[in-house]
Amino acid sequence: MAIKRKSKQLKWRRKHLLGLRELNAEEITYILDTAKGFELISTRSVKKAPPLRGKVVVNLFFEDSTRTRNSFALAANRLSADVIEFTKKTSAVSKGETLLDTARNLEAMGIDIIVIRHSAGGAPKLLSRNINACVINAGDGFCEHPTQGLLDVYTIRKIKGTLDGLKIAIVGDIAHSRVARSDMWAMTKLGAEVIFVGPPTLMPTQVRRLPVSVSYSLDEVIEKVDVINMLRIQFERLGGNPFPSVREYSHYFGLTVERMKRAKPDILVMHPGPINRGLEMESEVADGRNSVILEQVTNGLAVRMAVLFLVNQAAAQGD
Amino acid sequence: MKVILDSEQIEQILNDLAGRIISESPRELDIAVIGIRSRGEVLAQRLSGRLSQQFGKNVPYGTLDITLYRDDLNSPQGTVQPQVRTTEISFDIDDKIIILVDDVLYTGRSARAAMDALIDLGRPRAIKLAVLVDRVGREFPIQADYAGYKSDAAPGQLVQVFLSESDGKEEVVLE
Repeated sequence: MAIKRKSKQLKWRRKHLLGLRELNAEEITYILDTAKGFELISTRSVKKAPPLRGKVVVNLFFEDSTRTRNSFALAANRLSADVIEFTKKTSAVSKGETLLDTARNLEAMGIDIIVIRHSAGGAPKLLSRNINACVINAGDGFCEHPTQGLLDVYTIRKIKGTLDGLKIAIVGDIAHSRVARSDMWAMTKLGAEVIFVGPPTLMPTQVRRLPVSVSYSLDEVIEKVDVINMLRIQFERLGGNPFPSVREYSHYFGLTVERMKRAKPDILVMHPGPINRGLEMESEVADGRNSVILEQVTNGLAVRMAVLFLVNQAAAQGD
Repeated sequence: MKVILDSEQIEQILNDLAGRIISESPRELDIAVIGIRSRGEVLAQRLSGRLSQQFGKNVPYGTLDITLYRDDLNSPQGTVQPQVRTTEISFDIDDKIIILVDDVLYTGRSARAAMDALIDLGRPRAIKLAVLVDRVGREFPIQADYAGYKSDAAPGQLVQVFLSESDGKEEVVLE
């Protein structure tokens, strides 16, 4: 059908996307390049293409989500797949069914791709080892959220051209953030320097083993960085008292208009959403000219289409 | 390996295709040229230049990536995996006569995929197919409106088009 290409190109062989830690730079770049081809689908009049026609995607979400779940559903719909929505509250899980039993029962109905979010780290990996369907991790515990990491680097690359040599601060509740981890793997593999910023109480215990530097002061790094990713304070995950008060946190680690005055003029301001306005970030900054928060959401759709497409391709190859 | 077209012959065929498109296209209608990635892209660019000159008005060109519309995505594809690339068409295709361009017309499957991809972008007045090499072996009921060189290459053979912009040399070979 197509002309045989002389240039050697990567053949995508992974039928699961479990995390970015296990991918190399070439694979990450391949996903980003593929995602470019999916952007147009969302802007034209017929927002649909046929590559997943006849395939069934299950959104298996054991934790609340609006952005990621809707983004995956829309991505699957735009590729012509059928989508089944599964939420913990309305399922037999509330009757005591185990994760594997739930997945095996869904698989018995003939599904092709499972998109899973689970509070237990490693749940996607467990599934991938026990069922035949493709598995895409949509967030597991504090481990990884690979499509968020991919859409973050996609957004940065699209605007800055490359990640190589960029300084990127990831600010806030690092300890409880799977986004910080997936970002870190993707960004460092593509050549960026990552700085984790936050109070010591919100740093992971083994942070010195990670390929990042650590700062406990946002004021120290704000002038140096090309990109700043403000994480959400996840009140639902915080035990104890990691900081004395919301006001104090905001004072030291909030991205305020005042702090932005000291940042590089072309700094990119990112946030994985949902924003606690006035806490991590002042509204004027979230809606300001350096903010790419909504671009992240738009790009997420293209990235998730690319991931769905690629895992299905790998499955079709019988790997 | 045998060279079936050299650069002069390719040039001659493109001039001939452009001439036939001009003579059959009413002047008052809008024409645009869209090439199928990747060699069709180069040919579309060249045809658009010739048509613009002879029509005395801009005949835009664009590039279509048909990967998402291929009919073999869910079957094993051997060592070569189709890579999704971008479609770049900066104009509205509605009500235009679209000259769809590819290097080789063989089974007709690419042309089928390209038509489906185009229709998801709008409703052209007509789609016409122009190809550099028209090879026997159709598997779909599709034929070219403007065909250059006719090849009766056997099924096991490979017709390969090399163009200076994409390959650094200009020839069509039979392997």
